[in-house]
Amino acid sequence: MKKHILCIAALLLGCLTFTGCSDSSVEEENTLTILNYGKYFDPDALQIFEEETGITIKYEEYESPEEMYTKYKAGSIDYDLLCTSDYMIHKLIEEGEVLEMNYDNIPEYKNIDPDIIDSSASFDAEHKYTLPYFYGTVGILYDTNVVPESEVQTWDVLWDEKYTGNIVMPNSVRDCLLVPLKRLNYSINETNEKHLRKALDLLFEQKPLVYAYFVDETADEMIAGNAALAVVYSGEAAYAQDEGENLGYTVPEEGSNLWIDSWFIPKTCKNQEKAELFLNFLCREDIAAMNFDYVYYATPHTAVYNSLDEESKNNTTIFPTQETIDNCEVYVSLDREETALYNKLWKELKSY
Amino acid sequence: MVKKIGSRIYLSIIFLFLYLPILVLIVLSFNNSKTRVKWGGFTLKWYASLLENETIIEAFVMTLQITLTASILATIIGTLAAIGIHAMKSKGKAIMLGATNIPLLNADIVTGISMMLLFVRFTELGFSTVLIAHLTFDIPYVILNVLPKLNQTSKYAYEAALDLGATPLYAFYKIVWPDIRPGVFSGFLMAVTMSLDDFSITYFTKGAGVNTLSTMIYTELRKGIKPEMYALSTILFGIALILLLVMNYRSSKKAIN
Amino acid sequence: MFKLKKQFLAGPYIVWIIGFILLPIVLILFYGLSDYHGNFTFDNLLSIFDPIHMKSLLFSLRLALICTVICLILAYPLAMILNSMHLKHQSFVVFVFVLPMWMNFMLRILAWKLLLSNNGVINNILASLGLPAIQLLNTPSAVVFGMVYDYLPFMILPIYNAMSRIGHDIIDAARDLGANQVQVFFKITMPLTISGVLSGIIMVFVPALTSFVISNLLGGGKVLLIGNVIEQEFMQTMDWNLGSGLSIVLMIFVIASMAFMNTHNKDGEGTAVW
Repeated sequence: MKKHILCIAALLLGCLTFTGCSDSSVEEENTLTILNYGKYFDPDALQIFEEETGITIKYEEYESPEEMYTKYKAGSIDYDLLCTSDYMIHKLIEEGEVLEMNYDNIPEYKNIDPDIIDSSASFDAEHKYTLPYFYGTVGILYDTNVVPESEVQTWDVLWDEKYTGNIVMPNSVRDCLLVPLKRLNYSINETNEKHLRKALDLLFEQKPLVYAYFVDETADEMIAGNAALAVVYSGEAAYAQDEGENLGYTVPEEGSNLWIDSWFIPKTCKNQEKAELFLNFLCREDIAAMNFDYVYYATPHTAVYNSLDEESKNNTTIFPTQETIDNCEVYVSLDREETALYNKLWKELKSY
Repeated sequence: MVKKIGSRIYLSIIFLFLYLPILVLIVLSFNNSKTRVKWGGFTLKWYASLLENETIIEAFVMTLQITLTASILATIIGTLAAIGIHAMKSKGKAIMLGATNIPLLNADIVTGISMMLLFVRFTELGFSTVLIAHLTFDIPYVILNVLPKLNQTSKYAYEAALDLGATPLYAFYKIVWPDIRPGVFSGFLMAVTMSLDDFSITYFTKGAGVNTLSTMIYTELRKGIKPEMYALSTILFGIALILLLVMNYRSSKKAIN
Repeated sequence: MFKLKKQFLAGPYIVWIIGFILLPIVLILFYGLSDYHGNFTFDNLLSIFDPIHMKSLLFSLRLALICTVICLILAYPLAMILNSMHLKHQSFVVFVFVLPMWMNFMLRILAWKLLLSNNGVINNILASLGLPAIQLLNTPSAVVFGMVYDYLPFMILPIYNAMSRIGHDIIDAARDLGANQVQVFFKITMPLTISGVLSGIIMVFVPALTSFVISNLLGGGKVLLIGNVIEQEFMQTMDWNLGSGLSIVLMIFVIASMAFMNTHNKDGEGTAVW
């Protein structure tokens, strides 16, 4: 009996270590390591890519651009392809971490809306490094049964004591500070410590009213009826509106943030051609449509946009109106000291 | 009598506290409604979509791989180490035991971070780094379970066997092994338990695409709650229940024998 | 000659200790005692006195203490009751309390999320009784709840083990000599279970003090424990030097509380779960 157990154990061990080793050696040759926001790619589409090309994808997710920066900069994992927001890309380009893209390898790039490519100039001036993925705004998602539409036209509603314990704020430093900064009529790229302190004081004042600081959980919590007001990205709002009734979305009139998330190839990429193959794949109409259905943000893919029905095209939650866009600012990257200041303020807010 | 009733009530409250949350998960796993609190009829669809969900299946397989490999290797290294430590002089013993205690005493987060710092310096994070980290906190449990058993064995019987011409291996197998076997086994079980339940250390040492159940569930929970998670809880609870029942049954049978 | 050989069996483990136990500690000390440019400094250690860090450290200590006390209050009577039931199979007790531990602890936290949320099970029960809803989730109390739930077995098992080792003849003897129940408890049961209690305290206090996951999931980003600060330094703000410095401080705290407990714990057994 004992012998049997030992034999089985030895066998198991052998198998496990063997598969472990063989796996890793093959993977080196034929894998892509991708880092992306959470809930930002249809897993089925990833599977299609793996089946079509035989390339294995190691897929990792993150919550905030700051987290992505750390994961990448730690150097512990060599990523081949990354997707993140405007200001973070700008920062990485300035640090020389981004490789130039060879757009000849991405014929499907032609599908991308030139207007959006133009808008990317704020972080990729010469259009050498990035491929736009989705864009959107930050606004208020609210329960129409609880909050009247007239109240959510301004950020002030998030300081209304009526809604104590019913407010969800973003758990990400810049998106959270954006709200009081806009309420105070400052720029969302404010670096003046005095102004930032004023904004922080507002957040302190608001903290007792806040139910939670969330990012990707927000939509689910709103659908479940756990909160009445939430500051969210537009796509998260569109998804929530689809699943739950009685949810509305507005971008308050003081203005907000317009963001563009793009793909780029970092310096750590081991196989640029494969990365570009993947980018071409995600610009393909069927795949872009799949991802649009899954992610539900404004897509810069013209073919996908044109194939939508009128209702979706006119869905202002997903596709912001020109008026809204004009009223929004784009984030600008911060330098080391400014980042440290933001982080410090953030920690102050969070510590009880 | 009053005291007896009182203690019964107390027991039931604690049992309720321990098992009510699990019960809620089990009930919800059969709930045909995405909203969490309303009952929408009985369904098995979450189980079906669970089995189709590759992320979950992969994490499950990865967890088994890491747990089993780490526990088996830890049992081997740890048992050998225990025998070695047992044979050492008191000074060497003290040093070894001191070092063994470090991963046990240290907070998980500190162990995880310190291992991450090491790996980041010398290699890329991946499957093997998680495995090494798990081994590091598994081995001490094996050693601490085997050592007390070794202390109970008689050194003379072993030496007598050698004098009578047994090879060291044979003498070990016939004399030492039966005595330490329960210790080795319980050390192995401890290692399995610890590996299965670990989050912090895996979280800091895992590479891209490497996910154990713990880290996978953590990422999923931060994206919102999917009903598949309820189904997964029910299945894991069922597996644990069966495993422990079997073990309990075997040990009670042994006790009768 | 042969003795030497036997000690060699510990060889692989010695290599392991040096490579994977001592070296990481050296690295964390190295990072913790140097700044961004690699110059030696005590700043990272001293930054624990920064009001933000101090606040979260004290807050963690408070929550950990509350959690430990609740666990102790719940576990001690429970162990006594279980012990007085004279179960034939001790393993049954272990079984009942180990079972929830074998289910992934992340899922156990998920269960609490469902129970405690604004529109969750408990609030729905309250509403059906006509009582006002209360915010339970995303508060420090929710975090304590989760901690107690996760760590309670660590308190019960050592105390129960210690208790079941007390021979009934000792208690009978005391009774024969005229001691009443209260006296038996204070003169026999309590002194003989103190080692179990102490190891239970350690096994609950240390993880509660250093936890970051429970506060992340049940605190809704509003509860910042020292563990969360460290995790954020490593995973978000990328200040590894500061993170290491704070880890060292945490390590010192843990070691200090252990040392304190150990000086009061003479026979050091009772930690075995199995």
